[in-house]
Amino acid sequence: MLQITDLKARIGDAEILHGLNLQVNAGEVHAIMGPNGSGKSTLAQVVAGHDAYEVTAGSVTYNGTDLLALEPEERAREGIFLGFQYPVEIPGVNNAYLLKAALNARRKHQGLDEIDAFEFLKLAREKMALLGMDPKFLNRGVNEGFSGGEKKRNEIFQMAMLEPTLAVLDETDSGLDIDALRAVAMGVNALRSPERAIILVTHYQRLLDYVEPDYVHVLSGGRIVRSGDKSLALELEEKGYDWLREAATA
Amino acid sequence: MSTEPDKLESFVNRRYEHGFITDIDADSLPPGLDEGVVRAISARKNEPEFMLEWRLRAYRHWRQLEEPTWAHVHYPRIDYEAISYFSAPKSDKDRPKSLDEVDPKLLETYDKLGIPLHERARLAGVAVDAVFDSVSVATTFKEKLSEAGVIFCSFSDAVINHPDLVKKYLGSVVPQRDNFFASLNSAVFSDGSFVYIPKGVRCPMELSTYFRINAANTGQFERTLIIADEGSHVSYLEGCTAPMRDENQLHAAVVELVALKDAEIKYSTVQNWYPGDENGVGGIYNFVTKRGDCRGANSKISWTQVETGSAITWKYPSCILRGENSVGEFYSVAVANNYQQADTGTKMIHIGRNTRSTIVSKGISAGHAQNAYRGLVRIMPQAHGARNHTQCDSLLIGKACGAHTFPYIEVRNPSAKVEHEATTSKISADQLFYCRQRGISEEDAVNMIVNGFCKEVFKELPMEFAVEAQALLNVSLEGAVG
Ligand SMILES: Nc1ncnc2c1ncn2[C@@H]1O[C@H](COP(=O)(O)OP(=O)(O)O)[C@@H](O)[C@H]1O
Ligand SMILES: [Mg+2]
Repeated sequence: MLQITDLKARIGDAEILHGLNLQVNAGEVHAIMGPNGSGKSTLAQVVAGHDAYEVTAGSVTYNGTDLLALEPEERAREGIFLGFQYPVEIPGVNNAYLLKAALNARRKHQGLDEIDAFEFLKLAREKMALLGMDPKFLNRGVNEGFSGGEKKRNEIFQMAMLEPTLAVLDETDSGLDIDALRAVAMGVNALRSPERAIILVTHYQRLLDYVEPDYVHVLSGGRIVRSGDKSLALELEEKGYDWLREAATA
Repeated sequence: MSTEPDKLESFVNRRYEHGFITDIDADSLPPGLDEGVVRAISARKNEPEFMLEWRLRAYRHWRQLEEPTWAHVHYPRIDYEAISYFSAPKSDKDRPKSLDEVDPKLLETYDKLGIPLHERARLAGVAVDAVFDSVSVATTFKEKLSEAGVIFCSFSDAVINHPDLVKKYLGSVVPQRDNFFASLNSAVFSDGSFVYIPKGVRCPMELSTYFRINAANTGQFERTLIIADEGSHVSYLEGCTAPMRDENQLHAAVVELVALKDAEIKYSTVQNWYPGDENGVGGIYNFVTKRGDCRGANSKISWTQVETGSAITWKYPSCILRGENSVGEFYSVAVANNYQQADTGTKMIHIGRNTRSTIVSKGISAGHAQNAYRGLVRIMPQAHGARNHTQCDSLLIGKACGAHTFPYIEVRNPSAKVEHEATTSKISADQLFYCRQRGISEEDAVNMIVNGFCKEVFKELPMEFAVEAQALLNVSLEGAVG
């Protein structure tokens, strides 16, 4: 589904990704771990198409097409979802309004009819109940005055509504209490299917207790320095990242 | 496409879509202003003596005045001798015969703005006898209004047919000597609307469609007078578009509202005059004096405006809260784009006891535009228990624009309560990227954020007008990012 080959990317004058390779197939869940500043968010933003990041070499294909040639909104309509590490507040824009516009943009692209207000609300209430969210959030400004945890839950709620083909969640588990973490895990597990793929960027083993990944990768210094199965995450929890850094530079 | 904040302003490069250049009218006075010109204007309108005298008094006063310079706007000095002060409405033979002859761009904009079909021909200046639709619509309106006893006609008609009302109320809210532009208007006003709602009458319709159909050609110096007699109620909608011109065009309108005891006037404006091109060339100079007088107890005057046009806007719809328990409201959205300059706001003068006022001002700046809010809240010594709440928000799109707030608060009664809140925010690249990542185009995202920002004001507009205003804002900021 997603094929990243020798990807180099920079922001400003600094090259952050120095030749990254990653293959993600339908049905898989990949966890990407790694120290602060190693380039995890950069990778997520490049996949989503943020134009502050410049791709200088390599390729990214998504279901066989050149992903880098698409605008961010085209990528989204093709089923790519990014759960932001720092979801932005958009005061005055109703959460439900944004989400309905997003959903309809996707549906239009798929040649489907627009969802009507009634259907939309029904679906939204269902998903919110599942994630333990108060329906009041629908009528608030997008992330406006939300706590850190509420913002992350809102990302998962949006993901649940949009049912992406490829979801990239950038540290959605950071700063969550245990209930919120469970809710996030539930959202992710509900999305899991043979047609979809999920990339979880995380620092912590604890999310992986709830969402079992097929693969775990360690991103360090702008490259994937090690890949393995879920036991790698446990090993990292125990030993930290330093031994890998040494291994990478050796 | 880009979401870099410093590139946002390139998206602002939209074209004015209502612009079209028209032929020069045969029947205009030569440029320049003297008593002879004032007399000629009055004569062409067959005005009675009192009106001519009134104009001349205003003219003589205006001659002694200097143009004010305190507003936060900059423009080359206006040469008042280079302006022609009278041009007759175009004769039918110079007009397009049907909508087929009208600039398709203009029609496209009407479409985007959601302007009803039956109004388009008249707005586009199609010859009257070709506009069967609007004529019949106008006739229906007229019948309905006269049944209710409402007088609604052009100002020129009112001078002839209702001279007593005109004599009694003209200049009673905005005196001839009020300010430079009001004096000029008083001397040379072209035309406008006149409304009188009799005692206890609730005007049976919004005076909107009718206005557009009957008073589309009001000229540079518009004059409007609305009187709501005791216990009456009226909602008046004003909207305008203007032909594209290269030289700057001066507009100086005066609007006077009078609300007697228990009466209510709601005055809504959606204004879209030619703002000049993306380099700041051309565009209308709009210097307006709008004032409402809550003369009776429990009266209410509410101004709602959505301003997207003009190269320069100088406009402060105000309320004089004279009657006890009277209420003044001001809801405003002012958009300034490219090189537009807006200095706008309101004045709330509290005189009566327990008078209340609300000000909600939303300023949007994009491109190189400068947008200033200037508001005065004055509580007079006798205004016991007066209250004001002011909320003043600015939204910036791009880096080169500016927002300025000049609140003036004068409280001379210790029992008064005055609150002022102000915020400034930006449409950030991160917000736009967030929306785009959800599948929403950059332009839709900007519209969404702008409309969200203006929500409180839009909800004050009559339903149809709100839809039009929203569309207008979208058109105005078309290309504002990317
Ligand atoms: N705007 C920027 N300009 C320069 N360097 C940046 C910018 N944004 C991020 N970086 C740097 O890029 C590196 C990778 O950041 P990021 O991808 O956010 O790491 P991670 O998500 O793994 O913590 C960090 O060293 C960070 O300081
Ligand atoms: Mg990060």
